[in-house]
Amino acid sequence: MTTLHTVNKSPFEKSSMDSCLAYAKQGSSVLLYEDAIYGAIKGTAVADKVAAMGGVNFYVLGPDLKARGVSEDKVVDGIGIVDYAEFVTLAAENDKVQAWV
Amino acid sequence: MSEQIKKFMYINRRAPYGTIYAWESLEVVLIGAAFDQDVHVAFIDDGVYQLLKGQDTSAVDMKNFSPTYQALGDYDVTKLYVEKESLEERGLTLEDLMPLTYEDEDDDWAEKDSIRLMSRAELADIMDEQDILFSF
Repeated sequence: MTTLHTVNKSPFEKSSMDSCLAYAKQGSSVLLYEDAIYGAIKGTAVADKVAAMGGVNFYVLGPDLKARGVSEDKVVDGIGIVDYAEFVTLAAENDKVQAWV
Repeated sequence: MSEQIKKFMYINRRAPYGTIYAWESLEVVLIGAAFDQDVHVAFIDDGVYQLLKGQDTSAVDMKNFSPTYQALGDYDVTKLYVEKESLEERGLTLEDLMPLTYEDEDDDWAEKDSIRLMSRAELADIMDEQDILFSF
């Protein structure tokens, strides 16, 4: 079954994203929103972990990037930037959602 | 009716008392158990602290809800998964946790352990098989 994993805490403050990456299986999707968008920025220790996750689709919520002054060109290549409607579509397309709150 | 039974998993990732998550999770598990679903409960990250033996809240003026975990078996909540890596990272073993058991009606009411020690990879597979996940 496919799962959409969501993370909303900064990976520099909480371990939610680490746990998420440990559980995300091939073919699943991970959406970073709210303070988790800091995990989508190039050149960080977290970006290396994201790059090492083959077979997992990564997304980041654009409005939360914008709110925090992080421009889209700072986002790691390969992470899709989505809006709220696409967030809903991802939730609907997957069999279930696991919220790493 | 059997095709309507879904696999529900409650995922506990927080320690008790510091926040309300652990207690709320326990309440939701008990409510969910009343609906005759296939209930699975996972304890990972700081969630493993919820099952520590010897909790005594008498000096902090909060309810000690740890005895309630003993009652889960009576509500047919018999699959409690504890992640091995989370225990080890915290210097804990199964011996540090409350012994939780249930009586297996399909096996002449034999008393069996509810707690199942799982590796992260095994638990990821079980999580993948679930229909619905609840995060606490």
